[in-house]
Amino acid sequence: MAATTHIGRSTRRVDGRAKVTGEAKYAAEFNTPGLTYGYVISSDIAKGKITKIDASDALSLPGVLQVFTHENAPRPAYFDRKFKDDDSPVGEKFKPLYSAEIQFSMQPIGLVVADSFEVARYAASLVKVEYKAETPETNLRKKPKGHKAPTGKTGFTPPKSRGNAAKAYKNAEVQFEAEYYHMPEHHNPMEMFASTVIVEEDGKLKIYDKTQGVANSQTYVTNIFGLSKEEARVINPYMGGGFGSGLRPQYQLYLAVMAARELNRSVRVVLTREQMFSFGHRPATLQTVSLGATKDGLLQAIKHEALGETSRFEEYTEVVVNWAGMLYHCDNVELGYYLRNLDTYTPLDMRAPGSVTGIAAFETAIDELSYKVGIDPLELRLKNYAEKNEFEGKPFSSKELRACYAQGAARFGWAKRPAQPRSMREGTKLIGWGVATGMWDAQQQKSAAKANLSVDGKLVVGSSTADIGTGTYTAMTMIAAETLGLPLDAVTFKLGDTTLPVAPLEGGSWTVASVGSAVKEACEAVAKKVFKMAKDVKDSPLSGASFDEVEFVEGKVQLKGDYSSGVSIVEAMRAGEVNFIEEETTTMPNMLKQMQYARNTHSAVFVEVEVDEDLGQICVRRVVSAIAGGRVISPKTARSQILGGVVWGISMALEEESVLDHHFGRFMNHNLAEYHVAVNADIHDIDVIFVEEHDDIVNPLGAKGLGEIGIVGVAAAIGNAVYHATGKRVRELPITLDKLL
Amino acid sequence: MSTNVTQQPLGDVAVALPPLETITLTINGTQKRLQVAPWTSLLDLLREYLDLTGTKKGCDHGQCGACTVLVNGTRINSCLSLAVMQDGNEITTIEGLAKGDELHPVQEAFIEHDGFQCGYCTPGQICSAVGLINEGKAKTADDIRELMSGNICRCGAYVGIVAAVEQALHKCQPNQ
Repeated sequence: MAATTHIGRSTRRVDGRAKVTGEAKYAAEFNTPGLTYGYVISSDIAKGKITKIDASDALSLPGVLQVFTHENAPRPAYFDRKFKDDDSPVGEKFKPLYSAEIQFSMQPIGLVVADSFEVARYAASLVKVEYKAETPETNLRKKPKGHKAPTGKTGFTPPKSRGNAAKAYKNAEVQFEAEYYHMPEHHNPMEMFASTVIVEEDGKLKIYDKTQGVANSQTYVTNIFGLSKEEARVINPYMGGGFGSGLRPQYQLYLAVMAARELNRSVRVVLTREQMFSFGHRPATLQTVSLGATKDGLLQAIKHEALGETSRFEEYTEVVVNWAGMLYHCDNVELGYYLRNLDTYTPLDMRAPGSVTGIAAFETAIDELSYKVGIDPLELRLKNYAEKNEFEGKPFSSKELRACYAQGAARFGWAKRPAQPRSMREGTKLIGWGVATGMWDAQQQKSAAKANLSVDGKLVVGSSTADIGTGTYTAMTMIAAETLGLPLDAVTFKLGDTTLPVAPLEGGSWTVASVGSAVKEACEAVAKKVFKMAKDVKDSPLSGASFDEVEFVEGKVQLKGDYSSGVSIVEAMRAGEVNFIEEETTTMPNMLKQMQYARNTHSAVFVEVEVDEDLGQICVRRVVSAIAGGRVISPKTARSQILGGVVWGISMALEEESVLDHHFGRFMNHNLAEYHVAVNADIHDIDVIFVEEHDDIVNPLGAKGLGEIGIVGVAAAIGNAVYHATGKRVRELPITLDKLL
Repeated sequence: MSTNVTQQPLGDVAVALPPLETITLTINGTQKRLQVAPWTSLLDLLREYLDLTGTKKGCDHGQCGACTVLVNGTRINSCLSLAVMQDGNEITTIEGLAKGDELHPVQEAFIEHDGFQCGYCTPGQICSAVGLINEGKAKTADDIRELMSGNICRCGAYVGIVAAVEQALHKCQPNQ
């Protein structure tokens, strides 16, 4: 591969300074004169009907402008399709303040708008609500069998089976079967959902919205309220964490726009931390894995079934069981995925949706099998290594998982692992080592970008994508600078604004692949124009050259490797008599090429835990995460992505659970004191390895995306290490100390 | 089966607003006389009334640390303090740490070690780290982990945060 100036070289985050000085502004931080504040009233019950709502006390409070409820709020659109968004599952859409019916606990049932936050909050507490409550059903495990498979209307790929798993399982020399369960989880980004809707003098709306896709929020608002794109600009330069929660517009956006239009005032609506538990979550999932194998550990049969939850009104699906048909070589695979409707809000994609769930169970089962056949768990995985994707029947575009296993094991010191559980101890602390595999998709979506190079050598590149902490600003700046041979500080990347060319939702680990490819293409289009002008410069050294023969280095275009031959960009553009060159491109994935291959990222995760024998406390002392994710564009932010993924995995394995009180159908620990996430003291040594992986198929950059792969496999590796330490297998996440005692 | 449920305020309803009070705060070195309502938190005062939005609201319950500021050099959760309680005090927010273009060593270290991703908890982390250094209690990386655990980073940038605070600790207190 050619030497690079920026790509693959570690650089500081280009938005670092803004973030450490407080200059970076988030959706709730755009202030404007005359701003009003909306405060959401949430339902006390999970199912039933509002019989009476009395806002008279609230309305009599000085400073209160209006209290919107289903009795007086407008219903700007009737059809469900108007409420659809780029990530909405098939089904009826929830429409805030449209009716007296309550479909989930903490459903928004009112919005108080006042001239200060404090007044709005207090007034909300004065609204009296009476309900006719019905008994909600929120317990997935109460009726685990007899549920329907999803209809597949939303492009969900139903899992395919192959061979005859039932027969192969029955005949297998070694059989293993177990049931796994994990609790619902909530994304809980640090920034709460917020929308600031500014009504401009001409009546147009400028909407600062917390979202992973401004284009998605704009479509949602314009469809519902019958506005043109010019009338509703959506902006989100920074996002205080998403993890999937911002893939759908949340109800504060609808409420803020509705109120702004009704009152003709600028309105800000910010949800409370409690209300952050009132929309999507990672669904609770009940899984059964059955494995049949020969005595020496060759997989003969795989059965993996999962039961997930969805709401009564939408059919949320995720890819949970398919991974079991892709991770290892096995001729007989039977997969099943079912859904149960519950009285909760629709679940929502949460970091590595489906994969993190299915692989947590499946990679635990593989570990359990390793003890049954008496083979080292890493060796067992290598024995059953999948050379191709047997689920899709295609070769992988690239798969350096063997290198992940080898390099990860070497770094971790896996070779020294004693086979027996409970064989390592330090005083009262039991020590255990575990391993698991991870897998995610390497996808590319259609994306547009615009590049504007001015004669002073400054390049401005833009796309409506988001940086939710992932490093989009930095990676795109690097790609643009690399393509046009400019220093990083000559490049400004703009995002999060619907006036910029349309990018897909920021999710699925596809942003670098999709937006990055578009940025590269737009910059290449500019480069071609510069080259043409450079050729026309008097006595140009490039006059006989073709575009393929030149490169852009240090602000000039030159024959490849020939530093004496260059024409500077400034000189070329002056000769061409232009002040700027602007190119906008829309980049599509090369489907014909891509469809011939399975495109995935892989990982191998090695974990050391310490378990207090008397108290059951678990500490993850050491993690080595070896990643095969294609080309790494920005090593510093890429490493942070994987570190963050591992932290999420630790948090998922040991801490996170949204506890439902099934009597009330309500998440009871709806705050950050009782919903535990990993804190600093929970995190110790984490080592990230990126193995070398070349891939010309996935996209022109060869980057596969790293947002999800870091979390996948971590929970299983921790559970497996806990078993190795204690001899106790916990099949229900999170692994809290009570389950070990 | 259905039951009747009523959602209403627990106490007596007051329909008048509390009168404003006058306080003096020194914010990032500038003394300000302010008229504030007694129910306004220090956090909301900064964000909604003074346009100092660098200080973040992550929970409003003192559970996440995103709103950490320094009061007379001591770190506190600004969401748990009413503004009127701070009358006469010196408040330092994230906006007040750099000297012109020159970043505070903690800010500089956070960039260098990529001690953040989305950046939302970052001002609180940095103010907390400055407070931690002022306290002089932290000596080791494990001390930092423990004493920075009041600041949640959902992106999971803890490895970078610890490295950054360690570097800044040695820079600010060279004898330790």
